[in-house]
Amino acid sequence: MSEVLLDDVDAPRAVRGRSLWEDARRRLVRNPSAVVSLYVVAILVLIAIFGPMLWVHPIDAIYPDRVAIGPTFAHLHLLGTDTEGRDLVARTMFGLRISLLVGVAATVVALTIGVAYGAVAGFFGGVVDDVMMRIVDVLYAIPFIFFVIVLMTVINTPDPFVKLMLIFMAIGAVEWLTMARIVRGQTIALRNKEFVEAAQAAGARPMEIVFRHIVPNVLGPVVVFATLNIPVIILSESFLSFIGLGVQEPLTSLGRLISDGAGQMINAPWMLITPAIVMLITLLALNFLGDGLRDALDPKDR
Amino acid sequence: MLSLAVRRLLVSIPTLLTIIAASFFLMHAAPGGPFARERQVPPAIEQRLEAHYGLNKPVVEQLLDYVGGLVRGDLGPSMVYQDKNVLDIIAEGAPTSAVLGLSSLILALFVGGGLGAMAALRQNKSQDHLVMAIAVVGVCLPPLVVGPLAQMLFGVNLHILPTTGLYRDEFGLIYLILPVLTLSLPMIAVISRLMRASMIEALRSNAIRTARAKGLPERTVLLRHALPIALLPIVSYAGPALAGVMAGSFVIETVYQLPGIGKQLVRAAGQRDYTLVMGVVLVYSVLIILANLGADLLYRVLDPRTRSA
Repeated sequence: MSEVLLDDVDAPRAVRGRSLWEDARRRLVRNPSAVVSLYVVAILVLIAIFGPMLWVHPIDAIYPDRVAIGPTFAHLHLLGTDTEGRDLVARTMFGLRISLLVGVAATVVALTIGVAYGAVAGFFGGVVDDVMMRIVDVLYAIPFIFFVIVLMTVINTPDPFVKLMLIFMAIGAVEWLTMARIVRGQTIALRNKEFVEAAQAAGARPMEIVFRHIVPNVLGPVVVFATLNIPVIILSESFLSFIGLGVQEPLTSLGRLISDGAGQMINAPWMLITPAIVMLITLLALNFLGDGLRDALDPKDR
Repeated sequence: MLSLAVRRLLVSIPTLLTIIAASFFLMHAAPGGPFARERQVPPAIEQRLEAHYGLNKPVVEQLLDYVGGLVRGDLGPSMVYQDKNVLDIIAEGAPTSAVLGLSSLILALFVGGGLGAMAALRQNKSQDHLVMAIAVVGVCLPPLVVGPLAQMLFGVNLHILPTTGLYRDEFGLIYLILPVLTLSLPMIAVISRLMRASMIEALRSNAIRTARAKGLPERTVLLRHALPIALLPIVSYAGPALAGVMAGSFVIETVYQLPGIGKQLVRAAGQRDYTLVMGVVLVYSVLIILANLGADLLYRVLDPRTRSA
């Protein structure tokens, strides 16, 4: 009898603890919309990286005899050409690459500043917190467009790539404000927890506590915010392209393709529709992925 | 409540001054000036122009002059449009932006709030999933994309709605339909998501369990007890959103060719029309401060817990 019971329980197996991240991963793969959007994002990233290299038409080849023709199998202009006579499959894939690049790079800038700023303000509290958050309030009240226009014109460079870098920095420099507020709130909730006290008792310096102990513990909301922030930044970049401050020729982005297409919507509607659909798919996939991550990392809403 | 409002308004004066100073220095840090054109103005004339507008003084002194003017209610002359005051330019554009922004926000509050509440009451059922799907699509459809597509569909293909402008022979509400829908779509998406989350949380709270235990009818539980708590996050969202849309939306005003102040800010910042930029920034910051104050006061009305604090 007792042997049977022992058999059921198995020999004492090493109990492997599951970390919070492991739990989150399991919840994520059980969420169909998150998994599908993860695949879509992966495919989009692959297209963005390799598509322009592999496609038959280069992104800047101009075909003067095939200007603004609709989608056709002739010469493999599957999505048509633009008003300069460039192939739109190549342009759209390249635009996707730049949009994703801007989204990721600006998010990294925003995260780095926002996490450090918010964690320091939240941890030290008191006057430090007051002053730092007052600065955030003031920056919040300055219109985004104005801020970015000025930043973009401070360094006036003809090099389109440097201009692109400037866009990352300009958007990141605006977007970190929200991140700082989120991280500050989380930090305040954490700073009286036992593990912080333990670190203090062990003699850790304040900055060490902030970056070694607090920051790793706020990464959950940060990851969610980052995923949901990439679409926001892609939209901000489109807005900048729309007012003529976005990426410059010969580079392009989804936003720039859309605003070019909007001007041609009567005689060449495919110039508007294709990039709009690609952008919609990209943003949808990123948003569903972000929502899935939120549900996985913070399951209290389910 | 009144003393709180007055105190908050007094506290916001230094904030406003800081915003003015920060924008002022930021703007003067950008290269170029209002008189830098493609066709070079003779240096002597440029100097006279700069002296006329006080641009030859140190920036700090210009700032003090500007704030001095503000106290007297003078926003200064536009530096690009001769013979026009900043106040006049803003007064021309403000009604359009205000009508457009306000009606979009109100529409978004009702539609988004309604959809979100419905989703919360049918949590994890098909209506819930449908509303949340609409919400995600809405977030992904910025005015930049929706505007031209809506013009193409309703204006060019179906010929049922005007695509641009505010009036042809007389002002008509029909001209506002597309701009308002375009501007409110992203807000509907955000509000319905906020409303769903906060309504679900409110329905789980002890206060609602108590209300139900007392045997109150479901209608009263929802409208009198759950709704006020659930509205709190919407109120904090709507404050800054109100300021944002009232200060004009550049994309909407450009796509639908409407004469609002959103366009003025972008144009003025590009042309370094210093006084006009400052004017629009000022309008925006004042709106933000007032809207946040309004949101805080409304918070107190809705949430009994914050009243004593």
